[in-house]
Amino acid sequence: MLNAVPAGARPPDPTAAPAASPRPDAAAALGLYAAVAHGAFRRYSTYRAATLAGTFTNTVFGIILASSFLALWQARPGLGGYDQSQAVTYIWVSQALLVTVAVWGGGFQDDVQDRFRSGDIAVDLYRPVDFQGWWLATDLGRAAFQLLVRGTGPMLVGALVFRTRLPENPLTWAFFLLSVLLAVVVSFGLRFLVSITGFWLHDSEGVRSVMLVVSMFFSGMLLPIALFPGLLGDLAPVLPWAALVKVPTDVFLERASGSGLLGALGFQLAWAAALLAAGRGAQWLATRRVVVQGG
Amino acid sequence: MAEQLLAHRGEPLAARTAWAVRSWWLCARMWMRSMMAYRASFALNLLASLATHSLDFVVLVIMFRHTDRLGGWNLPEIAFLYATATFSLGVANMLVGSVDGLGVRIVNGSLDTMLIRPAPALSQLCAERFSLRRLGRPLQAVAVLAWSLAALDVHWTWDRVLLVPVLLVCGSVIFGAIYVGGATVQFWWGESKEIQNSFTYGGATLLHYPPTIFAKELVAGVVFGVPLAFVNWLPALHILGRPDPLGLPVAFQYASPVAAALCVAAAGLAWRAGLRAYRGTGS
Repeated sequence: MLNAVPAGARPPDPTAAPAASPRPDAAAALGLYAAVAHGAFRRYSTYRAATLAGTFTNTVFGIILASSFLALWQARPGLGGYDQSQAVTYIWVSQALLVTVAVWGGGFQDDVQDRFRSGDIAVDLYRPVDFQGWWLATDLGRAAFQLLVRGTGPMLVGALVFRTRLPENPLTWAFFLLSVLLAVVVSFGLRFLVSITGFWLHDSEGVRSVMLVVSMFFSGMLLPIALFPGLLGDLAPVLPWAALVKVPTDVFLERASGSGLLGALGFQLAWAAALLAAGRGAQWLATRRVVVQGG
Repeated sequence: MAEQLLAHRGEPLAARTAWAVRSWWLCARMWMRSMMAYRASFALNLLASLATHSLDFVVLVIMFRHTDRLGGWNLPEIAFLYATATFSLGVANMLVGSVDGLGVRIVNGSLDTMLIRPAPALSQLCAERFSLRRLGRPLQAVAVLAWSLAALDVHWTWDRVLLVPVLLVCGSVIFGAIYVGGATVQFWWGESKEIQNSFTYGGATLLHYPPTIFAKELVAGVVFGVPLAFVNWLPALHILGRPDPLGLPVAFQYASPVAAALCVAAAGLAWRAGLRAYRGTGS
């Protein structure tokens, strides 16, 4: 897989990097990360056949799950505060988010996993680029491509086959995109923490598989959180996973407006900041450990 | 080696099948031994797999906290559909699921290594990385099935009782054939693995729910197209005494063995065609 990475998405060649200025100014750094994100976007856009196959699968699951939701909402109209068309739209938006937000993991995680196995991770750490920032940039590039293709394709089919509900206020689209961006960052924060356990466990597969279960359930990917009973229903909306699917769908379906909307975006922002900070701390601990092992 | 390989070529189908199954078993046993070297990891993985797969059922149970019927079916009936679909998929996935790694093997050239070994390539592919931790899915399905059978309000006649094991066996065979047939597509289209997922995992998800909630075209598609309906929908209609939304002849409800046999024949032919079309890159 790594062999297929076009030059733009590879970690930069240390000799080609601005070695003369180890602390490039903010504009140059931003330009670098933008180039990394662009490279990741291009990299994912080269797997055309796989993307097409994945889009097909998203659509099939969308049709199956939307039919099951339709049956549930026919039995219980207005359940969880969703009407029928909202419930069906929920499925299509969540299918669009599944890969974009990497609800079940993946994206940069697969690359980092390979680099742990091969030992290249040590090389990554002494490059003149921030480790966390580098991978965040690649993940944003990946997410942008997948939202564009695997997000819109199934949505179009969904809108053709089912009665879906598109935002009434055109501004909602902008808020939705912002919310998806924050969702990707929160998801990145979570996945980064999982990947970084690799420094201690050498293999983060076990942690990843536990995370997959928690993430699929508590994000609302399988069932809207509003339907969770009792304690689960109280707990799920405040956990970080709610930022992955619940909040973006709420924004898209215009279930939150005004201060509620700001609160929802603020919730995502807070988790994004907290998780990035935690990842930064874990990275600091991990790099100390690598130095100890290397010494 | 070549003699051994050719020795089975002219033999009757039964002898060749027996040899393929034996090859599968030899490879699978080797993988099992290698995986069992890490017992703690195996146990943890099995537990994680049990938990992951139970989640789908938890979702159904939560749905039924809000309603007592879905598409006119109650929870024990849906649990029966869920358990039979999950069991069939789980068994097929454990026995032949690894065949979907074909595309990767074609790309990195390791399929050629399999082809020169004195055992059928399909057996080797299916047994690749065979692990009992994939038992998580079928085990969890057995538990749900036991609960469902106890909770179902069904008048158990002898044909209904007999149809349950027939369903489980034929369902597993149909899913197995879909795994093999789907993987065959990778001979021509290497990145098609995800499409296969929509028929295996997607198919099992479809079969968790009663046919009444889906569009008639979709139901007809899985009766006459990809015959997923024979895994559990059609026999379940008879076992649970439910009317057929398509109004098909009653014979269809007993026809799972025929469908399974046709699927195996189709997958076998597709595999042979694919293998003939395959040209190694020599790498």
